[in-house]
Parts: sequence; C-alpha cells; structure tokens
Amino acid sequence: MTGSTEADEPLGWRGFLMPVGAILGLAGLIIGVWFLVDRQAAPNLAAVFFDILGNPGEATALRAGSGNQVVVKAVLVVIALVVGVGGVWLFYAGLNAVTMRLPAPWRGRLLPLVFVGPALALLTIYLVWPLVATVTKSLTDGDGVANYRWALTDPGNQSMYFNNVLWLVVGVAGSVGLGLLIAALMDRVKYESLAKTFIFLPLAISLVGASVIWRFVYTWRPPSQPQYGLLNAVWQAFGGTPVPWIQTADFHINTFALIFILIWLQTGFAMVVLSAAIKGVPAELTEAAKLDGATERQLFVRIIVPMIKGSLITVTITTAIVVLKVFDIVYVMTGGRYDTDVVANQMFIQAFQAFDQGRASVLAVILFVAVLPLMLINLRNIQRGGLAA
Amino acid sequence: MSTSPNTIKAGAGKNQRSVFVRRAPLRFAVIAICVLWFLPTLGLLVSSLRDARDITQTGWWTALLAPWNEHWTLQSYTQVLGGENMANAFLNSLIVTIPSTVIPITVAAFAAYAFAWMRFPLRRTLFLVVVALLVVPLQMSLIPVLEIYNKLGITNSFLGVWLAHTSFGLPLAIFLLYNFISQLPGDLFETASIDGATHFQMFTRVVLPLSVPALAAFAIFQFLWVWNDLLVSLVFLSANADQSVMTLELSRLVGGRGQQWHLLTAGAFVTMLLPVLVFVALQRYFVRGLLSGSVKG
Repeated sequence: MTGSTEADEPLGWRGFLMPVGAILGLAGLIIGVWFLVDRQAAPNLAAVFFDILGNPGEATALRAGSGNQVVVKAVLVVIALVVGVGGVWLFYAGLNAVTMRLPAPWRGRLLPLVFVGPALALLTIYLVWPLVATVTKSLTDGDGVANYRWALTDPGNQSMYFNNVLWLVVGVAGSVGLGLLIAALMDRVKYESLAKTFIFLPLAISLVGASVIWRFVYTWRPPSQPQYGLLNAVWQAFGGTPVPWIQTADFHINTFALIFILIWLQTGFAMVVLSAAIKGVPAELTEAAKLDGATERQLFVRIIVPMIKGSLITVTITTAIVVLKVFDIVYVMTGGRYDTDVVANQMFIQAFQAFDQGRASVLAVILFVAVLPLMLINLRNIQRGGLAA
Repeated sequence: MSTSPNTIKAGAGKNQRSVFVRRAPLRFAVIAICVLWFLPTLGLLVSSLRDARDITQTGWWTALLAPWNEHWTLQSYTQVLGGENMANAFLNSLIVTIPSTVIPITVAAFAAYAFAWMRFPLRRTLFLVVVALLVVPLQMSLIPVLEIYNKLGITNSFLGVWLAHTSFGLPLAIFLLYNFISQLPGDLFETASIDGATHFQMFTRVVLPLSVPALAAFAIFQFLWVWNDLLVSLVFLSANADQSVMTLELSRLVGGRGQQWHLLTAGAFVTMLLPVLVFVALQRYFVRGLLSGSVKG
C-alpha cells in the first residue's frame, strides 16, 4: 500500500495534471460515445486503419457499408470497453479532481453530490420520471376511462388475468414446493453440492434459451410420424396419442406447459435459499426431536418448516414477483396465442406492435400495482436481516 | 434424552446396514430429480451435435443409446455462427454486457459509499427512495424512456442500452453494496482520514478492495441479467440486425426457423455457453449474493 504516503500531499503536481487529464478524458469520452451512436463511425475508423495499412480496396468497401464486419465489430468492442469501462471511472475521477480544487466549504458540500449525483440522476430519468409519465399516459392518452375500461372488462383481457393467476399459483407453489422438497432431500446425501448444481444450473440460462430447450421437449408430430419430442415420445410409449402441448388450450394444458419452464428455472433459486436456511436450524433441536422419537416427516413439518418460515415467505414473494412479470417465455413460445396471454406480453404488444400507448400504460400500471405490495413486504423482511434469516 | 450412550453403541452395527437400505429410496429420489432436471438440456446438447436430418427422424436419445451409429457433426454450429448471424450477435452481447455490468457497479459503489460514510442533507430519505425504486417494474419505464431516446436519437445504440441496463440495475446494486459497505469497521475510515486521505482515496484504496465479495456477487447477477435479457434489447436495440444480441437472434430464429431444430439447438447452446461457464466458475459469489437479499424490480 503506497496510498498513505501519496495521501500526505493531496495537491502536488498531480493536482494540476488531474484536471487536464479529466478534460482530455472527457473529450475522448464524447468521441467514443459518438462512435457508439453513429453506426457508420466504426466502419469509417476501420477504413482509416486499412488505408494506413495500404489496403484501399478493403477501406472503400468498409466506407460503402460492406467489407469485413468482424474487423468493424472488433473496433467497436475495443471502443465499448474503453468508453464503457474506462469512461465511467474517468468521469468520477475528473469530477472529484475538479471538486477538490474548490475552496474548502464548497468542497465539503459538493463532494457528496459527486458521489451520489450520477446515481440519482440516472434513477430519476429512468425510473422516477417514467413512473409519473406512465401513470399520466394511462389516464390521458386517448380516453383514460376507456383505457381502463378496456383493460378491466375486455373478455380477452379477463382470460389473460386468469392466466396470470394460474402462473402465480402454480408457478410459485411449484418452484417453492419443489425447492423446499429438493433442499430437504439433498440435505441428507453426501454428494449434495454436485446434485444441487444440476438443479441450480438453469438459473444461468436465459428464459429464451430455456424456452428453446422446452419447445424441443414439447415438440409434436402427427401420430404417423416419429415423435422426437421427449414428452410425446414418453406419452406415446405409455399408450397416449401425441398431444400438441403448446397449441392445446383445453384445461389450460399449454399454459401449464409454459409454467413448468419457469418452475424448472426458479426451483434452483428456492432450493439454494431454503437449503441455507435448513442448515441454519440448530442441530441440537433436530437431535432432541429425534431422540424424542419424532419421525422424519414430523421433524420436517413440525421443526424445520416453522424454523425457516421467514426464508420461505421471502422466497415465495420473490418468486411471485418474478412470475407476475413473466414475459420472455410467453413471447417466445406462443406470442400470447392459443389463449396463453399474460399481462407483460400484452403490454409489449400494445406498446410496440399496436402502438397504443394508453392501453400499454394501463397494463404497466396494473403490473406495478400487483407487484407493489409484494415488494414492500419483501423489503421489510430483508431489512430485518437478509434472506437467510 | 432417556436413551443412555450404551444402547446407542450397541445398536450401531445393526443400524449401519439398515441405514443403507433405508437410504436407498432417498438416493434414488435425488438421482432421479437430477436426471430429470438435466434431461432437457442434455437433449439440446446432443441434438445440436447430430446431423440435421437425423434430428427429426429419430429422438435424440437413440443417438445416446447407440452413439457409434450416429453421424456426429459440428455443422449446425458452423451454420448458426456463420449464416445465422450468431457470431456477430455474440460480439454484440459482449459489447452490451460488459459495460452494462461495470457501469452500474461503479455508479452504485460511489453512491453506496456516500450513503454509508458521508454526511449530507436528506441522506436517509434519498436512500429510502432508492430502495423503494426496487418496486418499479421495468414495464413502467419502457415507453417514456423510449420517447426520450427517440428525441435524443440514441434509440438502437449501444450507449442507450448500457444506460438503460445500468439504471434498471442501480436500485438493487446500491442496496446490496450499501448493506456491505456500511458494515465495514469505522476505525478504517478514522485512521485513513487522520492520514489525510480524501474520500476518493479512501473509496478507491480501502473500500473497493474490501468490498470485492459484494462487488463480485452483484457483478454476476448483473452479467447474467443483462446477457439473458430479452425485453430491454427488444425495445431499445432491435432495429438493426448488425447490432442484434444473442437472445434477440435466438428468439428470431424460433420465429423464422421454428422447425429447423439443428439451428435452434446449436443456437440455444451458443447463447448459454458463456453464462453457464461464468456461473459455474463463480457460483460461490452468486449464492452469497442470493442470500444477502437479491430482489430485482
């Protein structure tokens, strides 16, 4: 740590160099940003390189918008790294250097602003103001009353809400229930961490990727053809007629099929948190119960579950929030067709395909209102001592 | 309590065998669950390595049962990386993801430091507002932010996506990092400020190095979240194919080539590869992050 010796002289030659460096850095940042916004800038820069290297043919091709796109991408990757990663640090260092050169009272007053200001500015632009704007839009874009009437009474929307409730109940019960069961089972085997990885791994996979994985499992072919979808092959082996799971809206079979994709992904989350909680149950307690002749099931229901109640509630609520906002799976698998629509998907359709901002805003507000109480409970619980408490 | 140590000892030999028998169903259940959970992904992986025509002729399990009869090939990968824009999308995903992970960590760490160790008016209120913003779903922001972007002309630019991902990740990042940074021992700061260190120096030389576990935990979250995101990319970055990220390309592939399973399976596997590697390598930090209260809004 050489830090403390340098710190003794806060305003040496470095004090003068820093503002200059900051200004140069800022200029570089602006040029970098321009490269990222102007789509022809990177190819042009790459073309300059090729000119210097004596390859005018390739340079002309790049300027014309064709040419080797991998080179262009490589240039962009470098610029992205320099601007996105270095730029943000330079930004803070520069602001700090400028502030430190101010007279003492101003320095003390402005420095906190340098530290929190950028975060607050971004949050205001991207979350606070849009919150106000979306609520306003839902009431004023077109006819506000009509927007809400459409959202609440349209028959198509009512079946959509039913789907959301189905997602909520089945998705949450499935993920948390399975997560708890698996956590309890795996708590007793030696190769626990390896086994857990299998359940855990889907958490790293995108919902789009998971949708492709399961779309393959659910694939349907006419009965005369070979079934290469796993589910229909098994189904047929047990004597069933192949079912087009994703297109079958009877008994909401397709919605259940979609929900299972989410359960497959989310169970790992529940398992990890609940498993940590189970390990937190004092061993004396379970030992004492065993000595008193409690069966495994009694031990689980009467001792372990009550002891991890806090974690169970938090996991349930967190999963519920994820489920309520589910979008990717429905968008990729059905696009909301075959009676599988959910609020987040319809919101996307209204906003970016039907271009009805009023209706889209109402749906966003409905999502917000649905998530709000859950998130508040969750925050209160976490404030009390983390998920594993 | 009523059992004496002697009786336990005497029963040990007999118990060992019965324990083994009794545990058989448990073992079976655990292995069955693992297999069940892994089968869908295995099917994807196996199919992506099979000949394009075979995939729709026989189930992928037949290839596993008789691997010597199978014509294994990497052709689907060359096709999906070359012809289907996936190699380009991979680079785009990197361009989007790395800054979208580093920028929010930096911005949030500075803010968390200030909330924890600096004194300024409205500090407590502002912090509560930041945490409260965790409740705002992404959907509330999409339309107004897109309007701003259209006015500024940064729709469909990497810059716009970075800032969007940064801002949407900030409440969680500030919350997690504050919880960590505010717990650092106060003596550290006293010693450093007696030595004449400025806040900036304390932040970069004391706080950041000590906060690596928390930073890593959030970094993995944000990396996975951004890499796997579809909605933000759809709204802010979907106009030009040359800027398309992997999730966008994969969802396009599903829409356009829904029955060409050799492309879909290889494409899906390519999109999964990096996040799964990162995840397996840094699982420890990820679990720690999960347990310290990760609730993305």
